Amino acid sequence: MRKVLLATGMSAMAVFAAGSATANDELNKMSQNPAEWVMPTGDYANTRYSKLKQITAANVGKLQVAWTFSTGVLRGHEGGPLIVGNTMYVHTPFPNKVYALDLANENKIIWAYEPKQDPNVIPVMCCDTVNRGVAYADGKIFLHQADDKLVALDSKTGKVAWSVANGDPSKGQTGTSAPMIVKDKVLVGTSGGEFGVQCSMTAYNIKDGKQVWKAYSEGPDDQILVDPEKTTALGKPVGKDSSTKTWEGDQWKIGGGCTWGWLAYDPSLDLVYYGSGNPSTWNPKQRPGDNKWSMTIWARNPDNGMAKWVYQMTPHDEWDYDGVNEMILTDQTIDGKARKLLTHFDRNGLGYTLDRADGELLVAQKYDPKVNWTSGVDMNKSSPTYGRPKVLDSASTEKGGEDHNTKGICPAALGSKDEQPAAYSPDTQLFYVPTNHVCMDYEPFKVSYTAGQPYVGATLSMYPPPGETNMGNFIAWDGKTGKIVWSNKEQFSVWSGALATAGGVVFYGTLEGYLKAVDAKTGKELYKFKTPSGIIGNVTTYEHAGKQYIAVLSGVGGWAGIGLAAGLTDPTAGLGAVGGYAALTNYTALGGALTVFSLPAQ
Amino acid sequence: MRIIYLIAAAIMLVAASGIAFADGSGDPTAVKSEDGKYLDKEGNPTYKVQADGTVDWYTYSGYRRYHSECHVCHGPDGMGSSYAPALKDSLKTMSYGDFMGVVASGRKNVTTSQENVMPAFGDNPNVACYMDDLYIYLRARANDAVGRVRPAKHEDKSKAYTDAEKSCMGH
Repeated sequence: MRKVLLATGMSAMAVFAAGSATANDELNKMSQNPAEWVMPTGDYANTRYSKLKQITAANVGKLQVAWTFSTGVLRGHEGGPLIVGNTMYVHTPFPNKVYALDLANENKIIWAYEPKQDPNVIPVMCCDTVNRGVAYADGKIFLHQADDKLVALDSKTGKVAWSVANGDPSKGQTGTSAPMIVKDKVLVGTSGGEFGVQCSMTAYNIKDGKQVWKAYSEGPDDQILVDPEKTTALGKPVGKDSSTKTWEGDQWKIGGGCTWGWLAYDPSLDLVYYGSGNPSTWNPKQRPGDNKWSMTIWARNPDNGMAKWVYQMTPHDEWDYDGVNEMILTDQTIDGKARKLLTHFDRNGLGYTLDRADGELLVAQKYDPKVNWTSGVDMNKSSPTYGRPKVLDSASTEKGGEDHNTKGICPAALGSKDEQPAAYSPDTQLFYVPTNHVCMDYEPFKVSYTAGQPYVGATLSMYPPPGETNMGNFIAWDGKTGKIVWSNKEQFSVWSGALATAGGVVFYGTLEGYLKAVDAKTGKELYKFKTPSGIIGNVTTYEHAGKQYIAVLSGVGGWAGIGLAAGLTDPTAGLGAVGGYAALTNYTALGGALTVFSLPAQ
Repeated sequence: MRIIYLIAAAIMLVAASGIAFADGSGDPTAVKSEDGKYLDKEGNPTYKVQADGTVDWYTYSGYRRYHSECHVCHGPDGMGSSYAPALKDSLKTMSYGDFMGVVASGRKNVTTSQENVMPAFGDNPNVACYMDDLYIYLRARANDAVGRVRPAKHEDKSKAYTDAEKSCMGH
């Protein structure tokens, strides 16, 4: 009798579990297995930390190339491969090929997928035809194509299970971001902040691609999915029409706020986190107001999209400081109190630490000492400007006005960091952050909006901070105090996602093409190897047949490839100055390749 | 003997400078100006750089428009990128007419390894209203008449230019 009861109880539970769907339980479980790398961000918390520790600070110097794979595509290769069981999934920029490689059989190609896309989408992608990777769940691979189609492929055969148009590329809506799977839904963002797109985050059912919800970054409350009473900003309800009243007329309809960064998810709080990008146009004079909710950290319910809390980092952007960078979720103790934290390194040069349950702002500090557009964020809770950055007149392109060239603003529009994700090690409790170290002159001017055409409205020139020649740093950051622990200079911006490991080693790539390994505690360089092309991909690790591997995509490009290819100039050098700083073209050329490393056999 | 070498070197120098001062539209030397726009002997728009570095309005305006509309693909200062060709070099062989055609209608260069696609800007007033400005700036870059930085001094915007700009941009 007891047996029978047990059996019924158990099968009923199993049915219940299957009913509450649970691709993410499966995924969550798989992501705890360090042998695999089942989501683009490594885990839902976005830490890019692996428990693998065969490769250590003591032996990483002996690392060797184990095998390589050419993707057959030039252009910028962002993101990194997935490893699910014995299969590795490698994606490419446009035309967005996907390869399934058999790790158990000489890395042979099991299947290859190449969508047919209208090449007219190429020039609508502002900064190269990048793609940040595919997602896996429920026996499917999800690909967000350049033409803003979301496609589900059978993970065993590569056959299309379903496909859905997320947006219209003829209006400047394109796809570059990696999807994220939460429960029975796949979430995708939109690119197009330089084309006046009203950007959104959208959830589709993983079974059939049916749209479940769409949440815009700006617009009426029912479009942005906020509850005027329940959705909070810095602890207070946002109120009615919180977005539309911060725009002139219906400018929010071409307001940008794009959502092309990485998503994070906290299963216990049941909230997804992501950032929205710059308001369109880059000319601040043309769009008075705070331009909410561009430049905002969003916490949303994954089932219906409703926002729990928001925090706008850069109200009324004047510099193109997109807020899309990744949110890293950690559990740490601040002032003796265990906190569920969210850490975010914004393009605007500030490293933010918030309580991810309610959006309380705990830390906002510069993670590049050269940041000079703000004197800091008002942390006084009773102040009317609580949570707002104090903008310095010297760097205000709004104050300077149209047709005025505001000089010496740090960081440049590239941000102190762009999409390249940081890593967090629970062993050291430090964040490892790939950064840009570039300043700019910025001159806004009036532009007209034409659907599907660039809508920029500013002239920029970029250069390293005065007196310095390094255009990047790789830093270790203490998110609890907002302080840099160590900082390594890099000749070029570090545009590669970092990886932290239990072996006490942190990995990242450089634009020249080096894969580098540094000591997690000290930053000391332990190993470097020059791969075939510059690295803007993210470093990944996995284990196969008892051996730990490190994998990274090379293939220079992206915004870094456009801005730094010819080298930067010194604006103070005067007439006839020639390339004052190193040109990337002297170090590397185009070419997509995966390089996989391991230790030599004992 | 030594003198002959020197003369030969001098001839080569002359020849070299001859090459430097010709591009896809011929000799860029300005021979006349109409309301602040300079024209070469063929009647094509061209730049004018004075001894003290002052550039004509179109070159300056072209610098600004290029760094808003074009540099996101073609890189800063017409230097090219990992994504699109260096227009500083393209204009060495491309004529004014071809330049206007490509900017207005776009182009596709599809090879086995690459798909380079430029969109049509004919309907985009931010570009279409400034075609001559862009051409003149890039022509100056192709002939090394202006360097990689923002021109420090420029002639004033003429009234005729201001009126034409307003009517083209519709504001």
